[in-house]
Amino acid sequence: MGMTVVEKILARASGQAAVKAGDVLEPRVDLAMSHENAALVVNQFLEVFKDTGLEPVVWDPSRVAIIFDHRVPAESPKTASNQKKVREFVAKHMIRKFHDIRGDVGGICHQILPESGYVRPGAVVVGTDSHTTSHGALGAFAFGIGATEMASVWTLGATVNVEVPQTIRVNVRGKFPNLVGPKDLILHLIGKVTAQGANFKVIEFHGETIGAMSTSGRLVICNMSVEAGATAGIVPADAETMRYLREEAGVTDPVSAVLPDPDAVYVQVIDIDVSRLEPQIACPHTVDNVKPIDTVVGKRVHQIVIGSCTNGRLDDLEIAAGILAGKKVAQNVRMLVFPASGKIYAQALERGYVEQFMKAGAVVMNPGCGPCLGVHEGALGDGEVALSTTNRNFKGRMGNPNSEVYLCSPAVAAASALTGVITDPRKGGMN
Amino acid sequence: MARVVFTLGDDISTDVIYPGRHMATVLPTETPQFAFADHAEFNGRLKAKQVAPGSVVVAGKNFGCGSSREQAVSALQGHELLIVANDFARIFLQNAINLGLNVVTAPGIEASEGDDLQITADAVVNATTGKRYAVQQLPSARQGIIDAGGLIAYTRKRLLQMNNKAQV
Repeated sequence: MGMTVVEKILARASGQAAVKAGDVLEPRVDLAMSHENAALVVNQFLEVFKDTGLEPVVWDPSRVAIIFDHRVPAESPKTASNQKKVREFVAKHMIRKFHDIRGDVGGICHQILPESGYVRPGAVVVGTDSHTTSHGALGAFAFGIGATEMASVWTLGATVNVEVPQTIRVNVRGKFPNLVGPKDLILHLIGKVTAQGANFKVIEFHGETIGAMSTSGRLVICNMSVEAGATAGIVPADAETMRYLREEAGVTDPVSAVLPDPDAVYVQVIDIDVSRLEPQIACPHTVDNVKPIDTVVGKRVHQIVIGSCTNGRLDDLEIAAGILAGKKVAQNVRMLVFPASGKIYAQALERGYVEQFMKAGAVVMNPGCGPCLGVHEGALGDGEVALSTTNRNFKGRMGNPNSEVYLCSPAVAAASALTGVITDPRKGGMN
Repeated sequence: MARVVFTLGDDISTDVIYPGRHMATVLPTETPQFAFADHAEFNGRLKAKQVAPGSVVVAGKNFGCGSSREQAVSALQGHELLIVANDFARIFLQNAINLGLNVVTAPGIEASEGDDLQITADAVVNATTGKRYAVQQLPSARQGIIDAGGLIAYTRKRLLQMNNKAQV
């Protein structure tokens, strides 16, 4: 019987010739990522060793990555102390894939991992962050786990008792219309399958549209696969993956793709044609409350956010800067821009995007998660509405349960910044 | 018999269970104060110890969706709540099993605040309405962790086994 990509990856990682959905395995972990919540992982890791008489030892420090991004720079003494505790642990255990708060190699974990060449096709990647699904963009099996599970991984080097997930195959065809892209595709898919539709399953992406999509776009669709409940999203590695790894991630050692068998078994097949797709908006307060833009055009917004692990990459900033160039953000609208990494920030500076944002009246912040999860900055006032390129719009997400968050593409966010109301970028604003 | 003290709908995210602004608080000894922090009334009852240990929160589908934050589990566990839901999101369910939070998957479950539930391994019976709901078993793959009393104890056991083997 043929295997899906994830079945093949799990077979290799658990030393078996073949596996099928439902099998229980202990796959070896190739990369184990945490962010600030490493503070809790450290706590649980030390707990594992307590009263054993054994010195706490991380199974393989070269496979552990820690990136500070959720609250950078620290917003409170508590966070600062957590970050300090993690720094001390990192130094003691010789963890070299550590990205502190820096303008050169710092940024959001889901951008730092790919751009640093840490993620390879066929790898098993776990992260104490639900958007670890992002790394499926490079053909890896990447999924989110809790802090205690990560402590177990740091100890044993494997994730224990993993049930091989079923896989949904999504075939995407057609060319995106102008100013419509990967974010609209994934919002459309989530609206279609619902927030629970892919629970405990993997979404494997195929088709000409995916083939023509950059790694940046693939990171968007894999990132948000978890919003349909998926354990992971994955794009089987191809020529674009190899190009990205060589040209953008500095990978020089041999890399090989893991591809699905032609007779792989899928639990469901979904076909999508994007050639007539409209810009999509996820309305409050669930990510699957997705509507085509014309049903919400004109909705007053107070804060525009462009950035995050979903849409803070160079191509996202390019689209937004292009729409804003020479124009002004509307009065009574705050526009906040968060490049996903220091590297992207530097590229955006070089290309003049940062200047375009600032001249338009946007504020360009340091790389990090920013207001996305309401832990750090950019909170909303009572009754206010945010339009954001981030990935979640749950009640209270941006720090205030009495506010609303709408999710959209960078093009929609930029066009709406000019008007102060949700605006179709294809039709332009009234500015 | 267990008393239902709070009911919720579908797709309750971890942002609702444990709002992001409290995420700098990580230790299980400190997280319970922020359980359902944006539901001021219920949070107040929890903090005032007006909710008896073993009380039940009933939820719809996909409870615990969103972020992987483990605080959402430890905060509920600190109040010794029992969560009965139509079903759970994957990471939340794993975290619940890993930490030992009591969770029951009962598809179709309907209950109101104040109802009494009789919960066995196979079924949840709402004693107030008389309706019975079959219980869906937890993933069998996780039984070893449940039996060990949680993932920390399980991992410790495995660590000691590995270490003994290495010494032989």
